[in-house]
Amino acid sequence: MGKYILRRLLMMFWVVLGISFIIFTIMNLTPGNPAQLILGQSATPEQIAKLEHELGLDSPFFVRYFNFIKDALKGDFGKSYQTRLPVVKEIIVRFPTTFKLSSISMLIAMTIGIPIGVISAIRQYSFVDAASMIAALLFASIPSFVLGLILMLVFSLNLKWFPATGISSWKSYVLPAITLSTFTMATLVRMTRSTMLEVLRQDFIRTSRAKGATEKSVILRHSLRNALLPIVTVIGVDFGYLLGGTVVIESVFAISGMGTLLINAIRMKDTPTVMATVIFVTLAYSFVNLLVDIAYAFIDPRIKSQYKG
Amino acid sequence: MMNGNAIQYKRRSQIGSVLYRLKKNKLAMFGLFLLIVMVLIAICADFIADYDEMAIGQNIQERLQRPSSEHWFGTDHFGRDIFARIVHGSRISLSLSIIAMLFAVAAGAIIGAIAGYYGGRTDDILMRFMDILLSIPPMLMSISIVAALGQSMVNLLIALGIAYVPVFARVIRSTILSIKGQEFIEAAKACGTSDARIIFKHIIPNAIGPIIVQATLAMGSVILIISSLSFMGLGVKPPAPEWGTMLYEGRDFLRQAPYLTLFPGAAITIAVVSLNLLGDGLRDALDPRLKD
Repeated sequence: MGKYILRRLLMMFWVVLGISFIIFTIMNLTPGNPAQLILGQSATPEQIAKLEHELGLDSPFFVRYFNFIKDALKGDFGKSYQTRLPVVKEIIVRFPTTFKLSSISMLIAMTIGIPIGVISAIRQYSFVDAASMIAALLFASIPSFVLGLILMLVFSLNLKWFPATGISSWKSYVLPAITLSTFTMATLVRMTRSTMLEVLRQDFIRTSRAKGATEKSVILRHSLRNALLPIVTVIGVDFGYLLGGTVVIESVFAISGMGTLLINAIRMKDTPTVMATVIFVTLAYSFVNLLVDIAYAFIDPRIKSQYKG
Repeated sequence: MMNGNAIQYKRRSQIGSVLYRLKKNKLAMFGLFLLIVMVLIAICADFIADYDEMAIGQNIQERLQRPSSEHWFGTDHFGRDIFARIVHGSRISLSLSIIAMLFAVAAGAIIGAIAGYYGGRTDDILMRFMDILLSIPPMLMSISIVAALGQSMVNLLIALGIAYVPVFARVIRSTILSIKGQEFIEAAKACGTSDARIIFKHIIPNAIGPIIVQATLAMGSVILIISSLSFMGLGVKPPAPEWGTMLYEGRDFLRQAPYLTLFPGAAITIAVVSLNLLGDGLRDALDPRLKD
């Protein structure tokens, strides 16, 4: 197990290295001079050249990339072109908001989505099943920002239950978290239902019923446990969608998280900030997926033995 | 090509049985119906409402009118008819998502086919690269690319294409791995058929089913991403009547004129619902084991 985790961490290192190179290339090959953007249109060529030298923009591409990686490995992601403050500082302030938002959404999606999926599978073709499948389809298809705007209109502008923008108290998280959770909830309902249906039809379920196990034990211990694997996979993949989705939701609810930071930094050609933001989000996503893979071993002892190799 | 007729016959019968199963699926047919209606609206948009006059022509006297018999869905802050804009917006959403899909499918098919067919080190290198692309969430990926390249329709297509290439490369690779070992491939090799011919003539046609399913479902999420990017001001530029762009312009009037948000939002939802229904139906029809 330890060996497996180590191998995965090593793999993650290569992934992050690859991503950093891609983003660095995109940011550098595209038009727009950061020094010009910082100083504005009225800047003289001398001023621009001076700033370029200060920011290290006058060295060749590969030298800059190499320096970036060398510093990044020491935990120094450079200074933002705009604020001249270390990028990591900004991210440490903003990352918790985004991470909290996506984690709360994931929790909401799981606590509602999985039970509904189980109930739909047990009562296949019932009214509950049909209603939850239609709801799941709608929630998987409605754009998150449309849902966010509708919730904002009803619950903040009309009923005034929750604040419409910014983060001030726990109340501020309610609407964005619900908005963000619906897509994952919908996929979880569908996934749980279809895998449960598959498991429920297998022979060992009939056996456990025949030996007199209670219905509760058949559903929870025998069926759900066996259906969990694909469900957990969906959770891992969807966490990435949540992290990407926060970018949109943060802009709907004007929350200062990683998403708004990224959008702003890209517009200003602030390469260090863009690099650090994307790398952080990707790292968070990779870690969650590593946790998911480790969780496999606890859910299914058969997989645990594979990891030993 | 002597046995061309026999193969033709067999393939038709296979497609026939898939279509038969699809026709029995009411939800999938409903999705197909919605999709056909939408395509017809997109084709006939010019007959329904004049683009220059109604969809992008400004008419300040009639600004922010509520839905009425004259303006079915109301008018926006420039007095443009929302119904006409939604009708013309269907052209943008459908054509952009189809082009992005075609690009992703084509590039993904080539990469996946090469990786799956040759295996070994080629497979390792190509798929590791795809894994790297996949480890950035597609939304984040498209945002970064579009924002870096600049806001334009072409850049939007490039971004979406790149974000979805790995998805198709994976699907195609795994299908090919299951086909590769079969006897007819061995037979083709024994006849001295070139690798390229085996990939394009024998392998890809057999992998077409999963590709179509994946493409239909992915088109739904591509429409969602296009509208999300436009909503953040990174996608299609105003005054083009793209649905997400309409929401971007309408959100400032959320309280006074919620219909500026609701109608384009409904249009996007219906488009995505229809693609999801059809995609699910196709998947069930192609793989009878999955049907309950």
